[in-house]
Amino acid sequence: MAPLLQVKGLKTQFFTQDGIVHAVDGISYDVEEGETLGIVGESGCGKSVGVLSVMRLIPTPPGKIVAGEVLFQGRDMLKMSEEEVRQIRGNQMAMIFQDPMTSLNPVLTIGRQISEALELHLNMDKNQARTRTIELLEMVNIPGAAGRVDDYPHQFSGGMRQRVMIAMALSCNPKLLIADEPTTALDVTIQAQFVDIVKRLRDELSMSVIWITHDLGIVAGLAQRVAVMYAGHIVEMASVKDLYREPSHPYTLGLLGSIPRLDAERRSRLTPIEGLPPDLVGENRGCPFAPRCPYQKEHAIERCLQENPQLAPVGTGLKHQAACWFDVRRGMAR
Amino acid sequence: MTVQEQDILVRVEGLKVHFPITQGIIFQRQIGAVQAVDGLDFAIRRGETLGLVGESGCGKSTTGRAILQLYRPTAGNVYFEGENLCQVKGEKLRAMRRRMQMIFQDPYASLNPRMTIGSIIGEPLEVHGLASGAEVKERVAELLEVVGLNSYFINRYPHEFSGGQRQRVGIARAVAVNPDFIVCDEPVSALDVSIQAQIINLLEDLQARYNLTYLFIAHDLSVVRHISDRVAVMYLGKIVELTDRAELYEKPLHPYTQALLSAVPIPDPEIEERRRRIILTGDVPDPSHPPKGCHFSTRCPVMIPGTCDAQEPEFKDAGGNHWVACFRVS
Ligand SMILES: Nc1ncnc2c1ncn2[C@@H]1O[C@H](COP(=O)(O)OP(=O)(O)O)[C@@H](O)[C@H]1O
Ligand SMILES: Nc1ncnc2c1ncn2[C@@H]1O[C@H](COP(=O)(O)OP(=O)(O)O)[C@@H](O)[C@H]1O
Ligand code: SF4
Ligand SMILES: [Mg+2]
Ligand SMILES: [Mg+2]
Repeated sequence: MAPLLQVKGLKTQFFTQDGIVHAVDGISYDVEEGETLGIVGESGCGKSVGVLSVMRLIPTPPGKIVAGEVLFQGRDMLKMSEEEVRQIRGNQMAMIFQDPMTSLNPVLTIGRQISEALELHLNMDKNQARTRTIELLEMVNIPGAAGRVDDYPHQFSGGMRQRVMIAMALSCNPKLLIADEPTTALDVTIQAQFVDIVKRLRDELSMSVIWITHDLGIVAGLAQRVAVMYAGHIVEMASVKDLYREPSHPYTLGLLGSIPRLDAERRSRLTPIEGLPPDLVGENRGCPFAPRCPYQKEHAIERCLQENPQLAPVGTGLKHQAACWFDVRRGMAR
Repeated sequence: MTVQEQDILVRVEGLKVHFPITQGIIFQRQIGAVQAVDGLDFAIRRGETLGLVGESGCGKSTTGRAILQLYRPTAGNVYFEGENLCQVKGEKLRAMRRRMQMIFQDPYASLNPRMTIGSIIGEPLEVHGLASGAEVKERVAELLEVVGLNSYFINRYPHEFSGGQRQRVGIARAVAVNPDFIVCDEPVSALDVSIQAQIINLLEDLQARYNLTYLFIAHDLSVVRHISDRVAVMYLGKIVELTDRAELYEKPLHPYTQALLSAVPIPDPEIEERRRRIILTGDVPDPSHPPKGCHFSTRCPVMIPGTCDAQEPEFKDAGGNHWVACFRVS
């Protein structure tokens, strides 16, 4: 069976006063039915722009999708009319954001906001929609859901609002849920509640999920496959087990060395990535990570500065790829 | 506690900070209080890092600020080298403040955008009479190098720097006046992972170099575990558990600490697969109406009805300097 979503050579740029921002610079990935793909990377690396492009939600101008295909169930979303895309967005693909207040209308009750979508997309009448809304709120563990559907967003806590967002996203039985850092603003116990609910519903509804985060911990427990992004590129892609067992891109290794682990043996010094995150304005020759890469420095690899490496098979795992001129496992250039 | 009194730099006794909630336009009257910090007892040893963890709104920043007398406590005492700061005023307090500095979470908001990096770091030197004239510039250049910034940045403005670089400026400003004690209030929470590690290493280096004592506030339990010697866990204005770092993470005794630790994801899929989470229900209650009895009783999975929701558990040593406030632990 063909993957549910296939992204091929996607490039999105912003045309600004300072120049062209190469926010997403040729990324490709698949999401199978029922699969969860984690997209990991630090702020500004193009995670949000990447999925907003998939949803066709890039503000134009200044932004523009300049190349690529986004095949959803085999059809290229980038070639569809605005109306066709709206149909898919409301029904088969849904998205939740980091800040629920940006997607909740403060002057409408929670219930109204969910029922409206149900009436619009699933042709339910008012009563059916209300009953279903309460069910959805119960599904995401809103205590006393029936008594709270008529509350306004500000009467809900941050964690509850984020759960309302899933209820809304799930209202139309989407095949693909895109979650853009949905737990970044939440406390850890509230994050655990949220992840637990999403996992349960994902499995019950056999939904595909794209989960964006900067937290390598969350991805470990949630995703089947992971794409690591840096400076608008996917620099490593692997099954979740391979990624943590045999991290193969110097940036992935750098990230793993930077985080203190709750289960580390004892206090050991962190090994940060030196230098600063890249500037995405203008053309970039060479590997985008080269200015911060310890291997490039140590082995004085000239090619890193000249040619941008493409994803290529690495390690022992199936479909494990990294974009790097250096083979960190064998300690030599490719 | 069994620690020698002279090893203690800061001692906090019965610390309370309540913020009044008022109503009325002309005649303000108090209708309640946010009980942000509601009775803390702990000590910080010279040269150690005491980690203070807890979820947002539990009173961590208020505790840090009250220790430095940036908020005057509603009740309780704060001793710095035996001197009761709550009773020190004016010139003397200002002089003591030199020895106690603070590093803030938000490297954007905490630096004056109209001042150059040089004057931001140099100002406290002049205020406290530690340098004047050409000395100031010399000392600032030296400090910039110490925190890993180039000294030619001295005439630049904060907006020309990244978040991590601004945090370095904030750190340089704090260490400029040779303090003994620094409250680090979520110094890495706003930074990207790779930059976080740079700043954590810098704070560790400075501690060793200047023999600093830290109160390290954070909500990230992995970061706190990494940097702290001892850790205090806060929940809704109270410290619920306090002990050595290793002991806390290996043998957490309080049900809240246990839930908190189980909620932290570990970057290893094989471990994550086997882990059992304690999922707490509900949200943290409103600190202007904390629950009766144990503040955690409304969410606690092992709450004892009639006891936990009626009386307050005492904060006491469960053995080996492992302090806990819970009826289940005796
Ligand atoms: N509306 C916009 N105008 C100009 N640049 C933008 C805009 N939106 C995003 N960018 C730039 O695109 C890059 C990628 O951003 P984003 O996808 O939001 O990063 P992430 O989600 O990984 O933090 C960044 O350099 C960002 O500054
Ligand atoms: N200046 C203030 N006035 C009124 N309430 C405050 C003030 N500062 C903090 N609070 C309240 O006190 C509680 C504790 O806040 P804080 O110490 O900032 O928590 P933390 O740092 O753990 O997130 C919160 O409920 C917060 O809203
Ligand atoms: S005192 Fe009771 S309610 Fe509080 S944490 Fe212990 S068992 Fe739970
Ligand atoms: Mg983003
Ligand atoms: Mg705080």
